[in-house]
Amino acid sequence: MPKIIKDGQVIDDTWVIIDKDFEGVLPMAKVLLPMQYYLDKRDSLNLMCAGLWIDSEEEVEAIGLDANMFPLIAVNFPSFMDGRGFSIGRLLKERYGFTGQLRAIGNAIQDQLFYLKRCGFTSFDLKDGTDLEAACQSLNDFDVSYQSAYDQPEAIFRRN
Amino acid sequence: MYIYNENDQKIIEQRVAQFRGQTDRYLAGQLAEEEFLPLRLQNGLYVQRLAPMLRIAVPYGLLNTKQVRKLAHIAHTYDKGYCHITTRQNIQFNWPQLEEVPDILAELAEVQMHAVQTSGNCIRNTTTDQFAGVAQDELEDPRPWCEMIRQWSTFHPEFAFLPRKFKIAVSGTEGDRAAIQVHDIGIQIVKNDKNEIGFKILVGGGLGRTPVIGSVIREFLPQEDLLSYLDAILRVYNRHGNRTNKYKARIKILVRAWTPEVFAEEVESEWEYTKKIPCDLTREEIDRVKGFFTQPDYEAIDDNDAEQQLKILADDNIAFGKWLQRNIHAHKIPGYAAVTLSLKPTGVAPGDITDVQLEAVADLADKYSLGEIRTTHSQNLVLADVKKSDLFELWQKAKSGGFATPNIGTLTDMICCPGGDFCSLANAKSIPVAEALQRKFDDMDYVYDLGDLSLNISGCMNACGHHHVGNIGILGVDKKGDEFYQVQLGGNSDTDTTLGNVLGPSFGRDDMPEVVENILNVYVENRVNGESFTEAYRRIGIAPFKERVYSNKTGSKPTDPKESTDA
Repeated sequence: MPKIIKDGQVIDDTWVIIDKDFEGVLPMAKVLLPMQYYLDKRDSLNLMCAGLWIDSEEEVEAIGLDANMFPLIAVNFPSFMDGRGFSIGRLLKERYGFTGQLRAIGNAIQDQLFYLKRCGFTSFDLKDGTDLEAACQSLNDFDVSYQSAYDQPEAIFRRN
Repeated sequence: MYIYNENDQKIIEQRVAQFRGQTDRYLAGQLAEEEFLPLRLQNGLYVQRLAPMLRIAVPYGLLNTKQVRKLAHIAHTYDKGYCHITTRQNIQFNWPQLEEVPDILAELAEVQMHAVQTSGNCIRNTTTDQFAGVAQDELEDPRPWCEMIRQWSTFHPEFAFLPRKFKIAVSGTEGDRAAIQVHDIGIQIVKNDKNEIGFKILVGGGLGRTPVIGSVIREFLPQEDLLSYLDAILRVYNRHGNRTNKYKARIKILVRAWTPEVFAEEVESEWEYTKKIPCDLTREEIDRVKGFFTQPDYEAIDDNDAEQQLKILADDNIAFGKWLQRNIHAHKIPGYAAVTLSLKPTGVAPGDITDVQLEAVADLADKYSLGEIRTTHSQNLVLADVKKSDLFELWQKAKSGGFATPNIGTLTDMICCPGGDFCSLANAKSIPVAEALQRKFDDMDYVYDLGDLSLNISGCMNACGHHHVGNIGILGVDKKGDEFYQVQLGGNSDTDTTLGNVLGPSFGRDDMPEVVENILNVYVENRVNGESFTEAYRRIGIAPFKERVYSNKTGSKPTDPKESTDA
């Protein structure tokens, strides 16, 4: 079973990512639906076992406040150099008040975990081949940060 | 200057540990080359032609003597005894060992220095006027704002993987000495009609392959709103900047594609949200940071007396008089002056300084200038707080240190990137061109007669040598493996920042001294009433220059410059 990092632990993952061009009957599993798939079919979908995934080039505004219909939303990092997902994460959490699990999928790397955590991500399906146990320590590369983000909305000078 | 508190120090030390871990994983084969690359770049580490290059941050160009002595120590312990001042006020070492970089960073952390975000697709070092805080024409000292921006941008979790690099400059004066119009964001401190201090915000300026002058997107931003507004600009850029073509990825391309008006609207609507987050500056924080940049206890000095003394000394000593004319900048306090130490003597790569010289500069700063040194974007050093009565002694010592060449602001004070001698991006060498020109124009009386004149050299279209904004700009181009040089005229980086125009087909390296000589002759023959190069050029246009240079052509094979730059 695939492994991911969630809340600082390495755990088994049971979510199935549905491709963007998927057609036919959804598997009997916990599925992560592509954002556009959901938008196209939302009136006819049974969302009992569904999460959502958003690609880096997609406009998160299209989901907006619907975000909270899902227990889990994943954001895809097609390449770890594509930093749009950091903004998407913050928008989901801070602007649309998404309270569920926010996950990074695709090709995010260990050295981005601290930044991802600050942007509201709590689970991480890292690039294939990552030593997940070793990677966990990068969640805590820094104890202090200067600026506001989801995990600490108050800039450093506004605390104390 | 700003002094680290416990948090600042912890952040920098944890960065050293993080980078040590990354380097260890890379050397152990656990971190792929393509993943280590952006991580090391965000720590200023390039792999160059001959060896790695480590670029160290000098936030807004300010150093204390302890830091300068540390740089000297690093130069002789880990490098070949010298370093290089860059056009963004940073410092580069050309010969460190990759394995030793974590140790170098640990040494730097001891003196509150680092290499954070000196390269890579992230927010880079914020730069400013080298005379900040002492300039007569300043509305307010820009350095506290630079420091607040430094802290905001350091490890910003949302903006560490931008479409491309991102540079911010702040100016506290009307006359621009920080090149804010050619930065991704230019911030000018202004006063509104209610007499409140705030910021004018420009975006989308830049040099490089597509040079653009920045556009004003906000005439007045209240001080407290600075960080939420920057968050809004960066978020719009992070989400919408081009990520498929790195040559179209800078913010200037997005601003141009959308138009500055539409870009401004997008930022304003994003700002509606970001300003609700408790990220903005408080009065207390602004005051805290400003508290590190308060005016030192200057002595009360009679300026007339001081000037009279200088005049007597200068009359006796012509060389000192020339140095006073060129290397001294007015100071806001009577009896004081800002001194530029020239790193442009003939025969040394522009901006290079040795470990011995660094030690000497530190001694001078301790003795004469309140223990602080500044780096400049024109690759020199500044001692900003020198008593006029100390100038003669300082000059004598600077002369023996090799940095009293009286050429600041003249032809031979060239801005020049490291070029093909070091940089793997370069199309052509730039240092030998600078040296050939310095040797050709070694008659200082001729150089003084030309007056203020900027000659900027870049080894490739990335434009680290700011060739677009030189009165004379030289760009190295590659033509089927051969090095050629394209010439641009009429650029300038003052308040009315202007990009130069291409003169015509490019030249071989050996032709360059003669080409520049022809250009200068046209200027000298045509100037009226002491016109500067820029003024004369604007009046007579490019045609007479073109005619002279190409009719006197020396048999080099001209190439089509457009074809060359795209090669």
